[in-house]
Amino acid sequence: MSTLAKQPPHVEAESAQATRERRRMSDRARSEARLGWLLAGPAFAVMLLVTAYPILQAMYESLFDYRLTTPDERSFVGLRNYAVILTDQVWWRDFGVTALITFITVVVELVLGFALAMVMHRALTRMRPLIRTAILIPYAIITVVSAFAWQFAFAIDSGFVNTWFEWLPGVAPDTDWFGGFWSSIAVISLSEIWKTTPFISLLLLAGLAQVPEDMQEAAKVDGATAWQRLWKVTIPNMKAAIMVALLFRTLDAFRIFDNVFIMTGGAQGTETLSFLAYRQTIQRVEIGLGSAVSVLLFLSVIIISVVFIKGFRVDLSAARGER
Amino acid sequence: MGPARASRPRRVAASVALALAAAALTACGGDAGGPPTLTWYINPDNGGQAELAKKCTEESGGAYSIEVSILPNDADAQREQLVRRLAANDDSIDLMSLDPPFVPEFAEAGFLLDVPDEREAEFTEGIVQSAVQSATWKDELVGIPFWANTQLLWYHKSVAEEAGLDPASEPVTWSQIIEAAEQTGTTVAVQANRYEGYTVWINALIEGAGTSVIENPDAPVEELQYGLGSDAAGEAAAVIRQLVDAGVGGPALSTNGEEEARALFQGDSGGFMVNWPYVWQAWQGEVEGGTLDQSFLDDVGWTVYPRTVEGEESAPPFGGITLAMGAFTRYPEEAVEAAACITTPESQKEYMLFSGNPAAAAEVYDDPEVIEAFPMAPEIRESLEQAAPRPQTPYYGEVSASLQRTYHPPSAVDPESTPRRAQELIDGVLNKEVLL
Repeated sequence: MSTLAKQPPHVEAESAQATRERRRMSDRARSEARLGWLLAGPAFAVMLLVTAYPILQAMYESLFDYRLTTPDERSFVGLRNYAVILTDQVWWRDFGVTALITFITVVVELVLGFALAMVMHRALTRMRPLIRTAILIPYAIITVVSAFAWQFAFAIDSGFVNTWFEWLPGVAPDTDWFGGFWSSIAVISLSEIWKTTPFISLLLLAGLAQVPEDMQEAAKVDGATAWQRLWKVTIPNMKAAIMVALLFRTLDAFRIFDNVFIMTGGAQGTETLSFLAYRQTIQRVEIGLGSAVSVLLFLSVIIISVVFIKGFRVDLSAARGER
Repeated sequence: MGPARASRPRRVAASVALALAAAALTACGGDAGGPPTLTWYINPDNGGQAELAKKCTEESGGAYSIEVSILPNDADAQREQLVRRLAANDDSIDLMSLDPPFVPEFAEAGFLLDVPDEREAEFTEGIVQSAVQSATWKDELVGIPFWANTQLLWYHKSVAEEAGLDPASEPVTWSQIIEAAEQTGTTVAVQANRYEGYTVWINALIEGAGTSVIENPDAPVEELQYGLGSDAAGEAAAVIRQLVDAGVGGPALSTNGEEEARALFQGDSGGFMVNWPYVWQAWQGEVEGGTLDQSFLDDVGWTVYPRTVEGEESAPPFGGITLAMGAFTRYPEEAVEAAACITTPESQKEYMLFSGNPAAAAEVYDDPEVIEAFPMAPEIRESLEQAAPRPQTPYYGEVSASLQRTYHPPSAVDPESTPRRAQELIDGVLNKEVLL
């Protein structure tokens, strides 16, 4: 379709044969477009139904004072719900906690995931299929299940961590991990890292595979050390894979819910934004207020995506300019 | 070989599909002619409610059959599921086991079928007062008391003796047991995790000090009167402060629930504990299973809930289950009949013996079988008569969560400011001015 629109006007003045050819081409383009719609259409319709519709519905509901148990008293309040949320320090505290967990987990996962990817790529090529499967196991575990496992491990009555790691400074037999903010955040982040590092390392492994081997060879011949090759050859050449992995994980981490829900229930100031939305919508059954929180969470995620994608493009062109 | 290999899974799949379809058909069978199948949404227990469902199905003589459907583990999650279903006018909810604090919310939203007036007397006569009160909303009986729970003070006789206390013959105060634990190097196990159990404790302390979180909980939001600003609420908070300062709450005070408290009490540092009577049944099981020593059980004493203020009767927590009927049921008459069968004193006694959950009917406590199985039956009954419900408001969930947020962690409780902050938060939340 777009090729049709872009055809320059001088084409009109060409010979009859050319016109026929063009018509044939446009027929083909048209049927290709039709085929494209037929193939993508159902998926597009399903996406509209399951994604766009609930999002629009939430945006609409967020303008109302609407409690599920008193549906008759539903009233339009405009942007009042948003004003309530954005002037409440709870929103900002939860925003901070969410950002903190996102930052900690994504940074650690990136470094760890990269190391794992390097090991798989370089050292253990023959066992790669086996390791790739093994490494995916934590990622395949349901988050709620892994959250319970980590909670049981660190809990004071059922846990083994306190007795195994007593030799570490700060760990005693009666250390109450879920009794303070930083220790709770540490356990939540650890379980999150354990579970999702495989995801990031597999994305990075795919990126590593794209780095041309002859470039590495050339660098080696030129006398570059392993460290120099990593920073000057490997990483610049897999920037796209790194950015994609980072974007996916950041979006994922920003919506963290299960671990916090299971481990602390939001106590010790560990409540995140998804939890805040859950509390308003499901616990308080204040659909209006809860929808507004969800919409704000959605906007935060959009902003993160835009920042990443814009940043990503700038990086790419800069990299191209260097070469 | 090839085709044969391919066909086996296909055959399995086909038979699975067939079985599923058959199951779906039988599930629908109740609707088309025949006696109706009632669905009873129950809180998880040891199978006692399922037994009652079976018994009442048989006793109905084919008029109806009851099927149980199990709700999530904790009370909040049970409420969430029921509210969502009932808000969507779910007609599959014929009967439900409802936690008493949520009765006003459900009744106010029109989720509960009113108990027919002519049968109210049948369902309330001989039932302990706190249970009837909890099943009533705006002078209308909206549920049927099924079982009634309350917390007792459990203690190691040896520890109490060492501290010079005799809780069995003389009522004790929180202050006394905290000091006794401090003096003997033991603990006072309570529920102070950020969950419903913490509200239970806070509310019992406040009621015990002679005031209420909300004094007129059935009034409209703008006319609510709070007891949280009073000196009495400060005295209640001072108990939490004293327990924290004395360091007798155990190493994980701020994450302790019922089971963690029980473990603490069973451990080496066990001294005192407030908890529901189910612990007795649990210990008995463990002694039989050989994981707990009989000498532990011999040393356990119990009495009525500790007092907040010296010289004033305590107000033990009230819990249990109210049996309610869904407003959208297709079989209202059968639902009432089934509920009547489930809640007869006879059924309550069976349930108590089977599951360890105390009956709401007073007469059950005079039954020799019950007294034999539950030596603490007289104390439970006394406690139930004294018990105070949690705030009976349609906004209970919000009130409870606000209390939990301001009073948690226990180490941050300040008798001067915490109750006032709780009141401000509840007020803001109910007026939809702040997040929760």
